[in-house]
Amino acid sequence: MIGGQAGQGLQTIGSVLGKLFARMSYQVFSHQDYESRIRGGHNFYQVRFSDSPISCSRRGIDILIALDKTTVQRHEHELNPGGLVIYDSEAVKEKYESPVFLDVPFRQLAEEAAGSRLMENTVAVGAVMGIMGMDLKPLEKLLSDTFLRKGQDIVDRNVAAAKAGSDYAEKYCERCEFTVTEPGEGGRLMFLDGATAVALGALLSGCRFYAAYPMTPSTGILTYLAAASKKHSLVVEQAEDEIAAINMAIGASYAGVRAMTGTAGGGFALMVEGLSLAGMTETPVVIYVGMRPAPATGFPTRTEQGDLLYVTHAAHGEFPRVIMAPGTPAEAFYLTNKAFDLAEKYQVPAIILMDQYLADSEWSLPELETSKLVYRDYRLRTEELDTLKAYKRHEFTDSGVTPLAEPGASRHLVVTDSDEHDEEGHIVEDAETRIKMVEKRLLKKLLQIKSEMSPPRYYGPERPETLVACWGSNLGVVGEAVKTLRDGQSIGMLHFNEIWPLPCMEEFDWMNLLDGAGRTICLENNATSQFARLIRMETGFEFDERINRYDGRPFLLEEVVEKLRA
Amino acid sequence: MPELEDYRGQIPAWCPGCGNFQLLKAFKQAMVELGVEPHGLIVVSGIGQAGKLPHYTRCNTFNGLHGRTLPVATAIRLVNHGMPVIAEAGDGDCYGEGGNHFLHAMRRNINVKLFVHDNQIYGLTKGQASPTSGQGMMTKTQPFGVLPENLNPVALAVAMNASFVARGFTGDTDFLKELLKRAMEHRGFALVDILQNCVVFNKINTSKWYKERVYHIKADEHDPTDREAAFQLALEFGERIPTGVIYRNDRPVFEDSLPVIATDPLVKQPYSIEDVAGEIQAFF
Repeated sequence: MIGGQAGQGLQTIGSVLGKLFARMSYQVFSHQDYESRIRGGHNFYQVRFSDSPISCSRRGIDILIALDKTTVQRHEHELNPGGLVIYDSEAVKEKYESPVFLDVPFRQLAEEAAGSRLMENTVAVGAVMGIMGMDLKPLEKLLSDTFLRKGQDIVDRNVAAAKAGSDYAEKYCERCEFTVTEPGEGGRLMFLDGATAVALGALLSGCRFYAAYPMTPSTGILTYLAAASKKHSLVVEQAEDEIAAINMAIGASYAGVRAMTGTAGGGFALMVEGLSLAGMTETPVVIYVGMRPAPATGFPTRTEQGDLLYVTHAAHGEFPRVIMAPGTPAEAFYLTNKAFDLAEKYQVPAIILMDQYLADSEWSLPELETSKLVYRDYRLRTEELDTLKAYKRHEFTDSGVTPLAEPGASRHLVVTDSDEHDEEGHIVEDAETRIKMVEKRLLKKLLQIKSEMSPPRYYGPERPETLVACWGSNLGVVGEAVKTLRDGQSIGMLHFNEIWPLPCMEEFDWMNLLDGAGRTICLENNATSQFARLIRMETGFEFDERINRYDGRPFLLEEVVEKLRA
Repeated sequence: MPELEDYRGQIPAWCPGCGNFQLLKAFKQAMVELGVEPHGLIVVSGIGQAGKLPHYTRCNTFNGLHGRTLPVATAIRLVNHGMPVIAEAGDGDCYGEGGNHFLHAMRRNINVKLFVHDNQIYGLTKGQASPTSGQGMMTKTQPFGVLPENLNPVALAVAMNASFVARGFTGDTDFLKELLKRAMEHRGFALVDILQNCVVFNKINTSKWYKERVYHIKADEHDPTDREAAFQLALEFGERIPTGVIYRNDRPVFEDSLPVIATDPLVKQPYSIEDVAGEIQAFF
C-alpha cells in the first residue's frame, strides 16, 4: 500500500508497480481510496499481486510506503506479520525506531543518483523491488517505454533512481523476508481500470462522438477519448452541462454516427429528460453512469451501488432501455461493445452502470480480443437509400425497428419528433397512431431485447446450500470469498452483469437455482438492497438474507468471508 | 433548383393571424432563393409554436426538447459539416429554458443558424411571461406584472461576440427573408431574433405596436463590424427598434478548428475496428 497526501504522486507509484507486475505476468489488482481534493488530505493506493487470479481488496498490508505521518498513524496497525513500512524520515519529519520501519532517503537518493528530487517516486518503486529481492530488468524496460518520448536522459536518470532505491533497500533491510513466487504462465498481462476499459470498448465499437461534462467517477472516459480524438476519426466535446451532453450525443446519433455520453448519478439526473427523448425518437445512444455515494453531492470520490433502481426507472414515459453492469475491466470492455450493438440494433438508449470502485480499480487481464467484438452498421446510407421509393423514419414494421437513414445522404427526408408522431415523424394527436407507436417502439422491441440479454453467471456446485447473488463490481470480492469457503461448505455465487431487462430463463433457469438453495443472500453496496428489490419486483422471489455496505467503501475479502460463512 | 412547391409541408396548426405564417413564408422563400434542397437541409426545433415550423415545410427534421435545439444542432454540424443546420426556437425556448446553450453556442461559434421566433410571450402554454416580455406586463402568472428586466438577446449576443447578430420582424417579410439569407451565407454562428406578434396572448406588442417602432438600419449609418457601435445600437429597444444586421465578425468557426473534420465530414469517414485496435497495446 502507498499512502500520502493528494499530489504526492502515490498514484504514479501504485500504477507503475501494478503495470510492472502485470508485465511480469503476475495477476494484479489495485484500488484507490482518495478524497475530493487536489492537494493534502489522506489518500491511499493498494496493490495486490499474486501467481493466481485475484480480483478484490483485502485487509492486511505487507509493504506500506508511507509518504507522510498520517499514513503511518492510520495504517501501521494493518501490517501483516513480517510486514514492513518504508518511508523517508526527512520527508515524513519523524524517525521511527520500531524494527518494522525501514528509513529509505527517497529524496536524497533521487538527488544523488538522478540529480533531481522529482525522481523520488522512482526511488520508492526501486526500493519495493529491492525489498522483495526482485530483478530490476523489467522495471528498467518499463521506465524506458514510459519515458523514452521525453528523451534518453530522462530514461537513464529514472533507471539510476530505481537502482539507487533497490540497492539501498537490499543493503539496509534487515527484516526483508519476503519470498516472491514465480508468476503464472499467462504471458504478459494488460493493466487497466474499469472506466478506461469502457472508453477503449467504445472506441473499438465504432463510437465516433462523445460529449460529456466532467464528473467523478466518469471523467476518465472523457480524458481517454479526448486524447484518442487527436489521432482517430472521433469528435469529443466537453459540453456546457449534462443536459447539453446527452442532447449532443442524440444529435450526433441522428446525424449518422455512433455516439455516447458519460456522467455520474448527479449528472444523469440532468440527462434524464434527454434519455426520454432518445426513447421517443428511437435514437441510439450509449450512456455511462458512474455511481458514487449520494444523495446530492454525497461522497464525490467514493463508491456505492445506490443508483440501480434510479437508472432502471429514470425518465418520464415508457420505453425500452438496456443496462449493463460489468464486474471487471474485461467485462466493461466487452459489455460496452454489446451496449453499442444493442443500442444501434434496437434504436434504444443503452446504459453502462459502474461504481467508482470498479471505475478506478486497475486490474491485470489477458489481452482483450477484437475478434470477440461485434460491429455491424445497421444504418441506411447512400447506396441502399437511393433504391428505396419512399422512406418513413418511423414506419411500422414487424419487429418494431425501422432502419435509421442518414439525413442528407439521399433525397429522402429523415423526420423525427419528441411529440407523438406518425410513421413519417410528423406530430399527431390521434389514439390509433399512439397505440401503434407504443406497440412499435416499446412492446415489440422489449421481448426481443430481453432475449438478447445473457443470463447471470453461476460459480459453484450444482445444488448449493448457500447461494449468494451480486451484481456489477462485487463479482471479484464475492467470487474470491466463495472460493475461500467452498472447501468447508456448499456455496455458490450468481453474478448478474446484464441486468436490464432481466435476462430470460430459457438458456439458464437461474430462478430454479435460487428456489433450490437452502440459504439465499443478496450482497450489495447500498443500504436498501436495490437489486434484491428489483428481483422481487420482476419475479416475486425474496432473498433470505441481505448484506449491505453503505459507508462509501468497497467490501473487503475478509469481511465477506466472515458474513458468508455458514 | 428547388421551387416553392418543394417546400410545401403539413397544414399549420397555428392561430389565424399568427406571425409565424409570415416567418414560414420568409423561411421557404429564402431557402428557394439560396438554392437549398429540402433534403440538403437539417432543421432542429424546440418546443413551443416555433418548434412546429419544420413540420409545416419540408426538410430533415429533429424536433427535440424544449430549450435544447442548440446542443442537438451543434452535434449534427460536427458530425456532418457538409449540411446547413438551422435551429428554430422560441423566446422562452432559447432564452429561458435553453439560455446556457445559447451562451455556449456563441462562444463556440459553431456554424449553426439560430432563428428565434420572439413574440415576447409564451404562446403554447397560454400567455405567461417570457424572458423578453416587457417589465410590468400583466399575465395570469405574473400578478404584479413582470418584475425582472427583459432580456435583450441582441445586446447579449454582441456582448458575447457572436459572429452574426441580426433582428427582423415578421410584418416586414421581404426584409426578413433577406436577413435569413444573409445569416445562411455567413460563415459561423448566426442569430436572427425575429420579432413577431402573438394575436391571442400578447396584447401589448401587437403587429401595430411593432410596425410603429421598427426601422431598417441604413448601411451608411452603421458599420456592423464596429462592435462598440453595434452594442450601442443593440441597446435601442423601445420607441424605436432597429432591424437588420447589427453585428458581424470573422471569428474562426468551431468545426474548422477540429483537425479530424478538416476535410471530410465525420459521417462520411470510414470506420474499421482495425484502425483503432492498436490502442489495446498501450495497456501492456
